[in-house]
Amino acid sequence: MIEIRFHGRGGQGAVTASKILALAAFEEGKYVISFPFFGTERRGAPVTAFTRIDDGPIFIKTQIYNPDIVVILDPYVLKTGDVTSGVRDDGMFIINTGKDPEEFNLNRKTMTVDATSIAVSLGLGSRANPIVNTAMLGAFAKATGLVSLETVVNATKESSPRKPSENAMAVEQAFQSVRMG
Amino acid sequence: MNRTVQKYNTIMTGNEAVAVGVKLSRVRFISAYPITPQTTIVEKLAQMVADRELNSRYVEVESEHSAMASVMASELTGIRSYTATSSHGLLYMHEMLHWVAGQRLPVVMSVVNRAIGPPWNIWSDQSDTMSQKDTGWMQVYCESNQEALDTIIMGYKIAENSDILLPLMSMEDAFVLSHTTEPVNIPEQKVVDDFLPELDLSFRIDTDRPMGYGSYSPPDGPFMELKKDMHDSMEKSRKVIRKVTEEFAEATGRDYSGLVEEYLMDDAEYALIASGSLASTGKYVVQKMREKGLKVGLLRIRFFRPFPGEEIRKAVKGLKGVGVIDRSLAFGEKGNTYLEVAGSLYGKRDTPLYGFVAGLGGRDVKIEDFEEMMSIMKNREPGSYWINVRGGE
Repeated sequence: MIEIRFHGRGGQGAVTASKILALAAFEEGKYVISFPFFGTERRGAPVTAFTRIDDGPIFIKTQIYNPDIVVILDPYVLKTGDVTSGVRDDGMFIINTGKDPEEFNLNRKTMTVDATSIAVSLGLGSRANPIVNTAMLGAFAKATGLVSLETVVNATKESSPRKPSENAMAVEQAFQSVRMG
Repeated sequence: MNRTVQKYNTIMTGNEAVAVGVKLSRVRFISAYPITPQTTIVEKLAQMVADRELNSRYVEVESEHSAMASVMASELTGIRSYTATSSHGLLYMHEMLHWVAGQRLPVVMSVVNRAIGPPWNIWSDQSDTMSQKDTGWMQVYCESNQEALDTIIMGYKIAENSDILLPLMSMEDAFVLSHTTEPVNIPEQKVVDDFLPELDLSFRIDTDRPMGYGSYSPPDGPFMELKKDMHDSMEKSRKVIRKVTEEFAEATGRDYSGLVEEYLMDDAEYALIASGSLASTGKYVVQKMREKGLKVGLLRIRFFRPFPGEEIRKAVKGLKGVGVIDRSLAFGEKGNTYLEVAGSLYGKRDTPLYGFVAGLGGRDVKIEDFEEMMSIMKNREPGSYWINVRGGE
């Protein structure tokens, strides 16, 4: 079983990202479960979402405390301890940032992608509040190899009532430009 | 493609799955008042009605009390009717729950289990439905989105059985099922139509055949006999539930095995009794402990009303300890399920019995919490215990 935790802020699409990833993995024949940590959701407030992927049915329904992969949609949430807590020794961080992986000292494999620039250039969300979730999934596909680019693109289109082709391009651009640490 | 996953044809949230179950059951009247975390069920149903995907009358009312009152009226005309609620909304319906059951109306309602304030809390907790356990409604606690969908369909068939004619509430845990996305198999409409016949309510309101409903009874009138008749039907429902789950298994391949589900109980020495999503996580823990060679099992309570006392007595026979998990509280006594299990065993089984109150107000019940329960059963005296509460027991 692979456990993935998404951290972002309200409006960036972390919850939707956890669902699109689940859909892509499901399309590839996996059993999946995805859920948000529900709180008082507000634009800008910290948001956590979870996805589990396995070959057979998943019974465990707790939150994820020891993720294999942590996807950080907003580099500023890194300042809270919750984001890095419990990550497995062989775990991985995928961070939305313009910085190189070497600039982070998280003692885990770290990948970076400038999802904000990609989202802004494609007109996803606004310049002040770009929607970076789909770009992060492109980076996820490349960094982990757990799901193929093609299924992530298809799941993204299926899950994007607005701007499906721009979102698909965000996935592809991030897939190409992720920096592997 | 992996075979275990192939049997699912989509992924969706628990609330979406419930709405699909309502649609497949060809419900003709829906009345509801929104409340978190139930809202997305009736939102989806309103959309289905607006899109003419579902041929049903949808009425938004000013309160849950009115929702249940209007569902009572429509069901009395012989129309299959539905509503959904949570938490304080369910409490506000309380009076009407007795009325719908007393009028012998086979309504099906979804309840997304949510805590009761104060303090305000929107998360998973069974206190809302546990406080309605004696309203004459059957109660089912679901552990997966698939079961939430299937229970609506099976629920109508059980409730509408002419030997039963009692309403049924089907539960999902707040967020852990209601807003969680997982694989679901949506049965074909034809399969459901063949399984669930149209409602034929023999005593429906008919202007050609005037009758009085919900009338008056003095102490020597039929009052006491009518209550006994409800009780007898609740007793009879055990048999109908087993039969309907068998028929459903034949129709869909999904076997819910009656009132309870046994998980790895065959040679178990210790067992947990749980319901809802806690039973699902419990299965994961039991599986992991089995891998370490520990002989543990789990009994999942699906139906709380009627209460599966016979199934529990059979399952706990010879066990060294049985632990009942409750996500609700009987003040001064601890768990509601614990008390019911104790009542079922008293004088018939001397299995050491433990009660665990856990996860109130949506507090996550973690793997280590389950491990603590197992450890208490092995090392401490039988009785009731708090799990993961600050300030100790």
